[in-house]
Amino acid sequence: MAATKKSTMQKTVVKTDIAGQTLVTLRTLTEENPASLETYLKLGGYASLKRIVTEKVKATDIITEVKNSGLRGRGGAGFPTGLKWSFMPRYFDGTKYLVCNTDEGEPGTFKDRDIIRYNPHQLIEGMVIAAYTLGARVGYNYIHGEIWQDYEFFEGALQEARDAGYLGENLFGSNFSFDLYAVHGYGAYICGEETALIESIEGKKGQPRFKPPFPASYGVFGKPTNVNNTESYTSIPWIMQHGGKAFADLGVPNSGGTKIFAVSGHVEKPGNYEVKMGMPFRELLALTGGVWKGRQLKAVIPGGPSTAVVPAAAMMDVTMDYDGLSKARSSIGAGSMIVMDETTCMVKTLHRLSYFFYEESCGQCTPCREGTGWVYRVLDRIVNGQGKMEDLDLLTDISNNISGRTICALGEAAATPVLSFIKHFRPEFEYYIQHGKSMVDGK
Amino acid sequence: MLNIEIDGKSIEVEHGSTIIDAADKVGIAIPRFCYHPKLSVAANCRMCLVQVEKFNKPLPACATPVADGMKIFTRSKEAIKAQQSVMEFLLINHPLDCPICDQGGECDLQDIAVAYGASGSRYTEEKRVVVNKYIGPLVSTDMTRCIQCTRCVRFLQEVGGMQELGMVGRGEHAEITAYVDKSVNSELSGNIIDLCPVGALTSKPFKYSARSWELTRRPSIAPHDSLGSHIEVHVKDNKVMRVLPREKESINECWLSDRDRFSYEGLNSPDRLKVPMIKHNGAWVETDWKTAIEFASGQIKDITNQYGADALGVLVSPNSTMEEGYLAKHLASGLGCGNVDYRLRQTDFRLDGKRVGTPWMGVNIDEIEKLDRILLIGSNIRNEHPLLAQRFRKAVANGAELSIVSPLDNDPLMDIAHKVIVRPNDMVNVLGQILKAMSGLQRLSLCLPPTLTKLLEEIKVRPNTQAMAESLAGHGKDYDLIAPKVGIFLGNMALSDPRFTEMYSMAEAIGGISGAKGGILPAAANSTGMHLMGVMPSSTGMHARAMLEVPRKAYLLVNIEPELDCQHAALAKEAMQKAECVVALTAFKSQALEHADILLPIAPFTETSGTFMSMEGRVQSFYAAVKPLGECRPAWKVLRVLANTLGLDGFEFESSEQVKNTIFGGEKPSHVVWRSLNNNLKELVEIEVKIKSSGLQRIGEVPQNESDPIVRRATSLQKTKYNIRPMARMCEMQIQALGLADGDIVLAKQDKGSAVLKVKLDNHVAMGCVRVAASHELTTGLGDLMGDITLEKSSETDYKPYDTLIMEARA
Amino acid sequence: MLSPEAIANIDYELTKYPANQRQAAVMSALRIVQMERGWLSKESITEVAQYLGMPEIAAMEVATFYNMYDLHPVGQYKVTVCTNISCMLRGSDEIVNYLQSKLGVGFNEITPDGKFCLKEGECMGCCGGAPLMHVNNTEMHEFLTIEKVDAIIEGLK
Ligand SMILES: Cc1cc2nc3c(=O)[nH]c(=O)nc-3n(C[C@H](O)[C@H](O)[C@H](O)COP(=O)(O)O)c2cc1C
Ligand code: SF4
Ligand code: FES
Repeated sequence: MAATKKSTMQKTVVKTDIAGQTLVTLRTLTEENPASLETYLKLGGYASLKRIVTEKVKATDIITEVKNSGLRGRGGAGFPTGLKWSFMPRYFDGTKYLVCNTDEGEPGTFKDRDIIRYNPHQLIEGMVIAAYTLGARVGYNYIHGEIWQDYEFFEGALQEARDAGYLGENLFGSNFSFDLYAVHGYGAYICGEETALIESIEGKKGQPRFKPPFPASYGVFGKPTNVNNTESYTSIPWIMQHGGKAFADLGVPNSGGTKIFAVSGHVEKPGNYEVKMGMPFRELLALTGGVWKGRQLKAVIPGGPSTAVVPAAAMMDVTMDYDGLSKARSSIGAGSMIVMDETTCMVKTLHRLSYFFYEESCGQCTPCREGTGWVYRVLDRIVNGQGKMEDLDLLTDISNNISGRTICALGEAAATPVLSFIKHFRPEFEYYIQHGKSMVDGK
Repeated sequence: MLNIEIDGKSIEVEHGSTIIDAADKVGIAIPRFCYHPKLSVAANCRMCLVQVEKFNKPLPACATPVADGMKIFTRSKEAIKAQQSVMEFLLINHPLDCPICDQGGECDLQDIAVAYGASGSRYTEEKRVVVNKYIGPLVSTDMTRCIQCTRCVRFLQEVGGMQELGMVGRGEHAEITAYVDKSVNSELSGNIIDLCPVGALTSKPFKYSARSWELTRRPSIAPHDSLGSHIEVHVKDNKVMRVLPREKESINECWLSDRDRFSYEGLNSPDRLKVPMIKHNGAWVETDWKTAIEFASGQIKDITNQYGADALGVLVSPNSTMEEGYLAKHLASGLGCGNVDYRLRQTDFRLDGKRVGTPWMGVNIDEIEKLDRILLIGSNIRNEHPLLAQRFRKAVANGAELSIVSPLDNDPLMDIAHKVIVRPNDMVNVLGQILKAMSGLQRLSLCLPPTLTKLLEEIKVRPNTQAMAESLAGHGKDYDLIAPKVGIFLGNMALSDPRFTEMYSMAEAIGGISGAKGGILPAAANSTGMHLMGVMPSSTGMHARAMLEVPRKAYLLVNIEPELDCQHAALAKEAMQKAECVVALTAFKSQALEHADILLPIAPFTETSGTFMSMEGRVQSFYAAVKPLGECRPAWKVLRVLANTLGLDGFEFESSEQVKNTIFGGEKPSHVVWRSLNNNLKELVEIEVKIKSSGLQRIGEVPQNESDPIVRRATSLQKTKYNIRPMARMCEMQIQALGLADGDIVLAKQDKGSAVLKVKLDNHVAMGCVRVAASHELTTGLGDLMGDITLEKSSETDYKPYDTLIMEARA
Repeated sequence: MLSPEAIANIDYELTKYPANQRQAAVMSALRIVQMERGWLSKESITEVAQYLGMPEIAAMEVATFYNMYDLHPVGQYKVTVCTNISCMLRGSDEIVNYLQSKLGVGFNEITPDGKFCLKEGECMGCCGGAPLMHVNNTEMHEFLTIEKVDAIIEGLK
């Protein structure tokens, strides 16, 4: 390291009502100065790392522990983390890389930001443990472009960790070394996709790569790379401290541990809520103070726009875990819950979402590049009173033609809202087309 | 091997193949746009989606590796649905302007839409329009038609070696473009026209001149470098309309250099000579063939009778066919004249008589990419053999280490492991260092001549040459190679250098120790063929250089413009001026032939049959693609008739095939070739150790688009950046050492001649050298391509605008 | 010419990557130059590409791919309002309307005094604080109300 970055640690005094939450990845929130190294150490931080490194715990044992925890990727796809780790080649001539995905850019997602600004050291510790386990020498945390202040803050936390000997050469006198850097995105949702993110780290456009090969064999600079979401890594120290089973037991079968739900939209208290997997939606909604202004719930997008919208009635019976949401024909996604009250016009909402996917398509796959634009233009026409009844079938058809035919999952992500909105709220769309205005707000 | 099934057909394919490879192998058509077997897989167009058993989504055939037992359906309902939907997406924003599109009739989009699309469009919104781009004089763009397959981007990056195009913007706003106002400068740029599956990139020179279905396609061989690329000449109304590559994996693969692709414009140049001409009282008059031939033969006869047969000099272009070379040589020998040569740009002939056989490149073209270690001596490879450079690039991409010894440091667009950039004179010393270092690494079992041994004794090995030697010996960064495949090649600059003998001997010795293959990279289409037939002086005859230094009374020129095609422009000019009679067989009227007396219009390669022999010894014959223009005749016929008229025996040929058969003695050409290709010297020759060590040296490089009379008249190629006014290019230190500044006007002097040039900063030129392009009207006053030169400051008023000078030269 | 500070900052970013991967720093380098000069001109992009030894067109690809690079001048303060779903549900339209009438410009326009440029943004990953806006790519302002917007804009004048 030639130059070092001056720490720009900011004072964060947060008063959070944590009643009803179970804090694992945001556990420092109970403290006065949650983000500081002292706070983290006070809570037993970096102890697991030290134990693992000094006692030379076997990598396979760590992976077994992670497998036992039932931790599934928190970035949206829900892939079992322990299994993913076992894909990394054990022996490799050259540098292996570790990447953390803090690029959350899907509308409604803002949980990882709170991890890096309120509990950065737990993420760092989780990454160092992962690096130790996977034999990675260098790591990058790719941070969403717009949260510049949090990026700078995290750079400071990294420096703190370096200075304290948790990053760098020969940690705890062992022969294990690991360098971790922060990388700053600059405004492209697609870079949340892991291979686009890798391209971006390499200084290129964030265009996803075709898989296979997967990052585990061909990642950053063509080297084996493990990519996980921020929340996934941040769960690791707790798992290593309390055991995989303890983590699994926090949740329900098939959905171990806790999950942060980033709740936005029409609730009284939007924000992040870390709760046990399997919490009934009703309880979670109650934690957020309920639907705002005393209004009725209309619909919920439970895991971010790439997950299907669920109408209120169906939502009220759902438990917030992988299986619970899949029963409601949606999914947990990244836990980005968007709540809509009775005044929400679903046509205009879908119109806005379709614009997002149209703008954010990286442009390489024909169906996504052409299809997202087409969908947006048709919806735009409908919103401007020029819709035709056939448009609804056309929209469904275009979306089906995008879905499953692209390099990355943005194709599905763009199709899902269209398909689910039209499926559940078709009369609203028909009304709009017939009357040239919204059934909900009359405009 | 894996067993898979495609559309019910069981096939065995290699591990690691993709579905598309497998389908291609058995001839099952899968539609595609972005995929190209020579480029990296992008998998972005999604046209190749097929259904695979046990997968719930269609998979891209181009990117999906096959697995044992895989069952693939390319025409199932699922597959067709996927293909049709992709086709629909591709067309919604496509202008569908086929009637005015040059790609019409040979458009993948058109073809695949018909075969795999659905009829009718459901798209009623406004179509996207993309602002058009200018990317140079060769490639025409219509970016609204682009389907973002990125083949062009990948080609320039991966094959061309430099990313010159990119896809800027994101999503639907993504556009293919060059950087701001830059043009695409790759010397292989024309290939992106072939690669573009739609009409977004088309040929600018060909634009709107014909529809593809009106063209007749005739196979031929490219005539500008010694690669022997296979081409297809497209003809309409007996006119060459364009030239495209013909696939030949072991030579040009599916590519073509821009020079070979666009030079055809020169064939249709207004400069073409259509009727014989005789100079009468200083003025040119048109005449008929009979008169012209009789006049020529009469003149030649008179002069040889009067002064002896060796008063005649015969200079043959190395771009002429074997048949032409053979007849020219035999015409001379029939007269008793041994003064014949094709080596017009060579100055050092000391190896004559010392060779075991015909020198060649020493490997096959497609072996280059398998080399582990390469040493390139005196070659600006991209300029000399643009497409061959690409093979070297592949070798380097495969992990080969490239070392360069050259006076020029031009970027070959591949990683260079080691390089030494020095004056040509010093290259001998550098090669000596490598040899000496190698002899420390490996056993030196060569018997060196005393002069070489002496040279080696005095030489001090430097770290960079030591490193080069180690690389050639197989030492590596991570591991050593036990028996590295080494290739050592000498390029145009080495071939033209007065110390070629030394360089060649050193290369041979280094090759001997390192077990290298390699040889020379001859410049022209038929250099190797000319050598094989011995179109060279007899034991008593004069070589090309001597024929100019000691002027002849008469010259017979076959297909050359003397001052542009010879090593010493000023000498050539003067010799022609002094001669009593110059008979020129030429396809063009030319300023450079002003001192000729008889011009006989001959057919260029597209209008005659003939044979070229490539740098790898491939004998390739071709037929005429069109009938000769005007009264042009194939040169072999002209030479035959001339010989007949001269009363010489043994010229009873009815066809070029007969000439070819005579050349090879009725044997299979390959047999003859294999017997005679040999780079060995009978013995290592004594070299000259003492050389003048100071003084400025000229690097008279022949720019790629000035190499022969046809390219020099290819108007679009002449507009590329390779054709700029010759300048005195030097590195910063050299400019300072001469007390000059960038932009100064200088008088460059060589021998008796001179040229007024502008000084141009060019840090690619070695210290002690000045790079002044040759084969250009503005430098014909100068002498040796690679020789001493002086520069003195001159004034701005001497430096005339380019146009004025050309006008003056032509007037 | 890149300023010494810009070069120092780029060099710091370069320490994050292997020595033969200079292109990896292009995003930070472009950001650094943009922060210093307000926006990215063609010349700026060329300078960055040259400094990192990469093709200019590759740097251009990056500069045009990511939203936060400004390839045209954006005035002294670029105000980007998120209008995506979470913000829209909590009234970002009102904020936009208010800003447009207060500053007298539409999206992608610059106020006559060259001070403010208004931009529409995509999700900024802070939806819990909706509605929100971003100033000059760095300062995040959440839980916006008309009053808060007034105060922020006043503070910038
Ligand atoms: C369009 C798209 C956007 C994505 N965005 C994110 C993101 O912002 N953050 C994230 O962690 N994963 C995101 N992902 C998922 C990642 O590709 C990847 O699966 C994940 O980072 C892996 O980490 P995990 O296994 O810990 O979840 C996205 C995927 C797609 C297709
Ligand atoms: S699906 Fe869309 S975003 Fe994903 S790689 Fe293809 S074009 Fe890009
Ligand atoms: S040819 Fe396979 S995706 Fe384009």
